[in-house]
Amino acid sequence: MSAQAVAGIVRAGGMRQRVLRVLLFAVLCLFCLYYLAPLFVMITTSLKPLAEIRSGSLISLPKQVTFDAWGKAWSTACVGVRCNGLKPYVLNSVIMVVPAVLISTFLGAINGYALTKWRFRGADTIFAMMLFGAFIPFQVVLLPMARVLGVLGLAGSVYGLILVHTVYGLAFTTLFFRNFFIGVSDGIIRAAMIDGAGFFGIFFRIVVPMAPPAIVVTVIWQFTQIWNDFLFGIAFTVGDSNPVTVALNNVVNTSTGVKEYNVDMAAAIIAAIPTLLIYLVAGRYFVRGLAAGAVKG
Amino acid sequence: MAKIELRNVRKLFGSNEVIKGIDLSLQEGEFIVLVGPSGCGKSTLLNLIAGLETLSGGEIIIGDERVNDIPPRDRDVAMVFQSYALYPTKSVEDNITFGLVTRHVAIAERERALADVAALLHIEKLLDRKPSQLSGGQRQRVAMGRALVRHPAVFLFDEPLSNLDAKLRVEMRTEIKKLHQRLGKTTVYVTHDQIEAMSLASRIAVMDNGTIRQFGPPEEIYERPVDLFVASFIGSPSMNLFSGRVIEQAGLRLQVEDRAGTVLFPIPKSLEAAARPHLGGELILGLRPEVIVREGAHRPGADTFLFERAIDVVEPTGPDTLLVFTLGGIEAIGRVDPQDKVPVGTMFRFEVNMNRAKIFDPATGLHL
Ligand SMILES: Nc1ncnc2c1ncn2[C@@H]1O[C@H](COP(=O)(O)OP(=O)(O)O)[C@@H](O)[C@H]1O
Ligand SMILES: [Mg+2]
Repeated sequence: MSAQAVAGIVRAGGMRQRVLRVLLFAVLCLFCLYYLAPLFVMITTSLKPLAEIRSGSLISLPKQVTFDAWGKAWSTACVGVRCNGLKPYVLNSVIMVVPAVLISTFLGAINGYALTKWRFRGADTIFAMMLFGAFIPFQVVLLPMARVLGVLGLAGSVYGLILVHTVYGLAFTTLFFRNFFIGVSDGIIRAAMIDGAGFFGIFFRIVVPMAPPAIVVTVIWQFTQIWNDFLFGIAFTVGDSNPVTVALNNVVNTSTGVKEYNVDMAAAIIAAIPTLLIYLVAGRYFVRGLAAGAVKG
Repeated sequence: MAKIELRNVRKLFGSNEVIKGIDLSLQEGEFIVLVGPSGCGKSTLLNLIAGLETLSGGEIIIGDERVNDIPPRDRDVAMVFQSYALYPTKSVEDNITFGLVTRHVAIAERERALADVAALLHIEKLLDRKPSQLSGGQRQRVAMGRALVRHPAVFLFDEPLSNLDAKLRVEMRTEIKKLHQRLGKTTVYVTHDQIEAMSLASRIAVMDNGTIRQFGPPEEIYERPVDLFVASFIGSPSMNLFSGRVIEQAGLRLQVEDRAGTVLFPIPKSLEAAARPHLGGELILGLRPEVIVREGAHRPGADTFLFERAIDVVEPTGPDTLLVFTLGGIEAIGRVDPQDKVPVGTMFRFEVNMNRAKIFDPATGLHL
C-alpha cells in the first residue's frame, strides 16, 4: 500500500485517540533505542583511543576522534599468530560469498522453474525433500560433510566452503524461486513453447526477466547467511582460509596483551559492513520488487 | 492451411478420464467451435491438438502428418490463450516477434511480418509498450498478432474473448470472423459461450464431459439438437422443456399438468410417428422461447396452439421482452414484442407454433 492510499483513510478523532498515538510512538522510540544502542556504543568505542575507554563511561561520545583502531583492525591486528589485520580474511569471505551466492541463486532459479513449470512425476516429493533440507540443523551435517570435503580434496579450503554453502543454500533458494514461479501464469510458458522456445530458452528469455523480485530476495538472503556464517567457516577452514567471521572471533578472543576494545569494535563493524550495505542498497529494490511483483500481469 | 483429424482421442489425468474417445474431422480452412460447459475438457482437447498435453490414446493428424509425438513448436500451430499470456517483460513488438526469433527468422523478414500484422490489427502505435500498459482489447489484439505473425497452418483459440467486456467482445468476435474470412486458416475455437459459437462457427462441436454430443453447422445444432443436453445448452434463453403424458384426444396430445390446470399440446403430424410408441407414457416437449409468443403473432395455421398462464416476471431485453411463467412445474419463458408486455400477475394468452416443437425421450434424452 502506498503512503497516499493510507493517508486518505478516515481515522477516529478525539483525545483518547491522540493519547494512544503518543503512547504508540513512545513505545516505538523505546524499541528503536534498544536496537540502536549497541551500534552506537560500538561506533563510539571504535573511535576512542584506548586510554579514554578505560577512564570514561561506555556511552559517552569520544572526546578525541581517532581512526587508529580501524586502521589496526584492518591491517595490523593479530589474528592468532599472524598480525596482518582482517584484510586477508575479508578477501577470503568475498571470494567465498560471491560464487556461493551466484551459483546457489542460479541453481535455485532453475530448480524452482523446473518444479513449477515442467511438472514431472515426483516433483512434489522432490520439493518436499528439498524443503526438509531447509530445516536440518547444520551441526548434524558437520561430520559427514567434513568426510565428503576430505574425499573431494577440498578440506580446509575456501572452495570447500563455497561448495558447502551452495549445497545448503539450495533448499532456501529453491523455495524462494518455487514460490515466486508458482504465481507466474502457466499460459505464458505454454505460449512460449508454441512460439518454439525450449526449456532453457524459456528460462533465460521469459522467466528470468520476470524474476528480479525473487532474485533480489534470494541474493540478500544468501549473502547475509553465507557472509555471517561462523559454524561452517570454523569447521571446514584452517588459518589462512578462514572467513572474516572466524577471524573476528580470533581477534576478539586473543589472550595475549591488553584487551583493545576499540580495535575489537572496529573489527566487528568491518565484518558487519557488507551485510549492512546489502540491506541499505538492495533493501530498497527488495521492497520495490515485492510491490512490482504484486501488480504484475 | 491444413485439415485436422482426431481419431479416438483419449486423455487421462491420473485415473480421471477427461477426454473419452473423440473423433473429429476438420476440413481445410474450416472454423470449428468447441462449445460446452466449464470443465468438460475443451481446453484439454485444444492442448492435445497443440501438443501441450500428451495423448493417452488415439491419434491426431494435422495436414498429412501424424503429430502424436511432435512437440508444439514443430506442429505449425498458433494459439491464443484466455488470459492472453503475453510476455510481461517484453514490449509488444518483442511479444509478437518472439516466435520468429526462436525460429531464427532473418531480421528483415521479421520486421516485414511484424509490420503486416501490426497494420492488420491496427496496433502500429502500441509496438513499444509493455503489456501492462495496454487495455484488455489491445492485449487481445497483441495476442492475436503473436499467433498471426508466423502464418501457421492452424489457429487455436482458447476462450479468447471471455476476459473482455460485452461491447468489446462483440467487436472482437466480428473481427475474428473477418480475419478468418480473409486468411481462411483452419481454426479451432473454444468457448463456453453458445452465442459466440453460433455466430463464428462453420461447424460446432458440442462437448459434454469428455465426449462430443453433436457436430454440425450452427443451424443444424440449433434446429435439430440430437438430445436434451444440446437442446438446453444451445440457445439463450435456453429451450423450455415440458414433461407430460402422451394421450390420444383428437390426434396425439401431450398433457402437461400443474396447479393452474392442464394444457394439452397437440403433437403435430410430422412428429406423430415418433410420438405414437410413447402413447400413455411420458415425453419431453421442447419449445424455444421465440416459439411461445403473443396470441395472433404467428401467421394463423393448422399447428398454432393457444394456452393461458399468469405472468411471474417480465424481463425486457430491448428488441423483445421475455415473459416468465410457470407451466408443468418449470419456469418457462416466452418472447413477445416490447409493446405487448403486461403487468406481473395478469393472465396472458400465449400462442405456440407446434411445427417448431421438438420431442425428446425422457429415458434416453434423445431427440425423436
Ligand atoms: N493438468 C491437469 N491435471 C489434472 N486434471 C486436469 C488437468 N487439466 C485439466 N484437468 C481436469 O480436466 C477437466 C477438464 O478441464 P478443461 O479441459 O480445462 O475444461 P474446460 O476447458 O472445458 O473448462 C477438469 O475436470 C479439470 O479438472
Ligand atoms: Mg478451459
